[in-house]
Amino acid sequence: MTTTHTRVAEATAPSDRKTTYREAMREAMREALRSDERVFLMGEDVGRYGGCFGVSLGLLEEFGPERIRDAPLSESAFVGAGIGAALAGMRPIVEIMTVNFSLLALDQILNNAATLLHMSGGQLPVPIVIRMTTGAGRQLAAQHSHSLEGWYAHIPGLRVLAPATLTDARYMLAPALADPDPVLIFEHGSLYNVSGDLPADAGPVDIDHAAVRRPGTDVSLIAYGGSLPKALAAAGDLASGGISAEVIDLRTLRPLDDATVGDSVARTHRAVVVDEGWRTGSLAAEISARLTEQHFYDLDAPVERVCSAEVPIPYARRLEEAALPQVDGIVAAAHRAVGEPVPTGANGAERQPVTGRSG
Amino acid sequence: MTTTRSPRAPRPAARPNRQDAHRLALLESMLRVRRFEERCVQLYSAARIRGFMHLYIGEEAVAVGVNEALTDDDAVVSTYREHGHALARGVPAEAIMAEMFGKVTGCSRGRGGSMHLFDAGRRFYGGNAIVGGGLPLAAGLALADRMTGQGRVTCCFFGDGAFAEGEFHETANLAALWQLPLLLVCENNLYAMGTALARHQAQTDLALRAAAYGMVSWAVDGMDVFAVEDAARRAAEGVRAGTGPHFLEMRTYRFRAHSMYDSDRYRDKAEIEHWKERDPVEGLARRLRDAKELSDKARTTLEDRLAAEIDAAVEAAEQAPEEPVEDLLKYVTSPVEVTRP
Repeated sequence: MTTTHTRVAEATAPSDRKTTYREAMREAMREALRSDERVFLMGEDVGRYGGCFGVSLGLLEEFGPERIRDAPLSESAFVGAGIGAALAGMRPIVEIMTVNFSLLALDQILNNAATLLHMSGGQLPVPIVIRMTTGAGRQLAAQHSHSLEGWYAHIPGLRVLAPATLTDARYMLAPALADPDPVLIFEHGSLYNVSGDLPADAGPVDIDHAAVRRPGTDVSLIAYGGSLPKALAAAGDLASGGISAEVIDLRTLRPLDDATVGDSVARTHRAVVVDEGWRTGSLAAEISARLTEQHFYDLDAPVERVCSAEVPIPYARRLEEAALPQVDGIVAAAHRAVGEPVPTGANGAERQPVTGRSG
Repeated sequence: MTTTRSPRAPRPAARPNRQDAHRLALLESMLRVRRFEERCVQLYSAARIRGFMHLYIGEEAVAVGVNEALTDDDAVVSTYREHGHALARGVPAEAIMAEMFGKVTGCSRGRGGSMHLFDAGRRFYGGNAIVGGGLPLAAGLALADRMTGQGRVTCCFFGDGAFAEGEFHETANLAALWQLPLLLVCENNLYAMGTALARHQAQTDLALRAAAYGMVSWAVDGMDVFAVEDAARRAAEGVRAGTGPHFLEMRTYRFRAHSMYDSDRYRDKAEIEHWKERDPVEGLARRLRDAKELSDKARTTLEDRLAAEIDAAVEAAEQAPEEPVEDLLKYVTSPVEVTRP
């Protein structure tokens, strides 16, 4: 962690560019399809259906079935076909319905996409973009709700992105397609309906760095994807209690931007990592370890982690909510970090066990 | 073309007029693979080559015969048993040997070894050591060709073991559905590692099953290089003509164990000896000698030339430098700096 730079992205200048996260992703794809004939979209129900979550609605009509390509339910075959097409000079965008389904294509993603460049001695770059939905919060139960982006962030050779804002949804795809190597984009399902104005000055996104979404001085809340809105809400709550929380949006989960995270913690001396993945072996664990390695003497308190409970995500609303990181839990963790009593009634007042039996 | 029930092959309209030179070239190509691998065994025993090494000995007619149907523009996707495919494709013996020595001059800069030979310039998309893992990739290469209107063929080799993998069935369906210019070559050597075909497939007629996907499909005597060449030419012609993927079941046999670690306890010795009587290399040599196209002297000259070629490859591999350890992380991501905002 060498440089000192504070990036306050998502400038707040208002504009009339009203959009949703879903429309922003669609617009990004439309732009890519219009500007580069090598780009095509392939996946289950991306064409006639309009995308499982409606992201690609209308693209078939504009670009036709060759470039908006409905694939059979063969994750391994169509992800692998995307990799092969990328090797042959195309710029495929492959959509997988959810990260849980991506496990059916894990062989292709790990053993081919992430590996071919190195294993071939630099001969075979794989310029593919693979988009998929991740995360819980919609009562879809254990086979549609997990947050496995941390697994992918484990893999050398991949770049892993998690757009959490309208601007990132709109402008991350272009640099992802420009990357000569495989890029995975994780879209949190709870974000698709988020609406708002694209800032007037919104433009291409820096996919090498994390962003400071809210400056603060007392504690750093480090989040990404679907947890970012919760971290921002927690920062709001904390502010009303006199605690100034800085909110970092990791944005790129691999490679991690140690500098932006470390710079923030060097100033606030306290860190709370919010990660919808399971705590054990998580991205939150990785960030905590890096902070301990690189900023041990900057820290005034142990790194706090707010993660999902170690349980397959359940269907029932009460149970699902209890399994996920929530604003109360983030607030409580921040209070612990700054050494103040946790407000009564806040969830997660107890520090959760690092490991242990589920439940 | 209509889907053909295996194993009756569509009859070639006319047998290609094989000149003496062509027959001799096929022999030379197969013999190169055979002698190269025999040398590999020695080098493995001498601990010059390490890791897993899977020999193709016995199956040479398949790689050599199929390659005759491909042009330089076509693509090849292979498996971990790929020395023969790479050599037939024209990857220099020196680059392959250096790769097995783990040297920087190897065709994958020492990062792949025997199972992962690559040569992008020759459109050799290398050895995939996940059984079935190369199939989706090959479909993608073919898809790109179809989308860009190139009349190229992507040829994907895989074994009978891949028939038990979902990736084969997903790819067969996708390729037939999208009519991809894909030539699927199944090297049925009767064993998925140590498990006999009848012990891993409910229906052992693989060409028949491939035909069920709507692909033109038939079984071929994989021990006869002429039969292989004829079938491959015919199939590649169909693929090039835009009639979608074609499937060839090459009935063949490996004379050696699965890998250098395999003590070959699961096969009957008599079975191995029976198949050795159909040795594709010596079988062709015998035919050429009987037809007076290959004198004993010419055979000796050929053997000497190949030995010298392999000697040179080994010598070059011995002398070649290793990749410096500082370059360990090179190529994990592209060295090309992309312009990012």
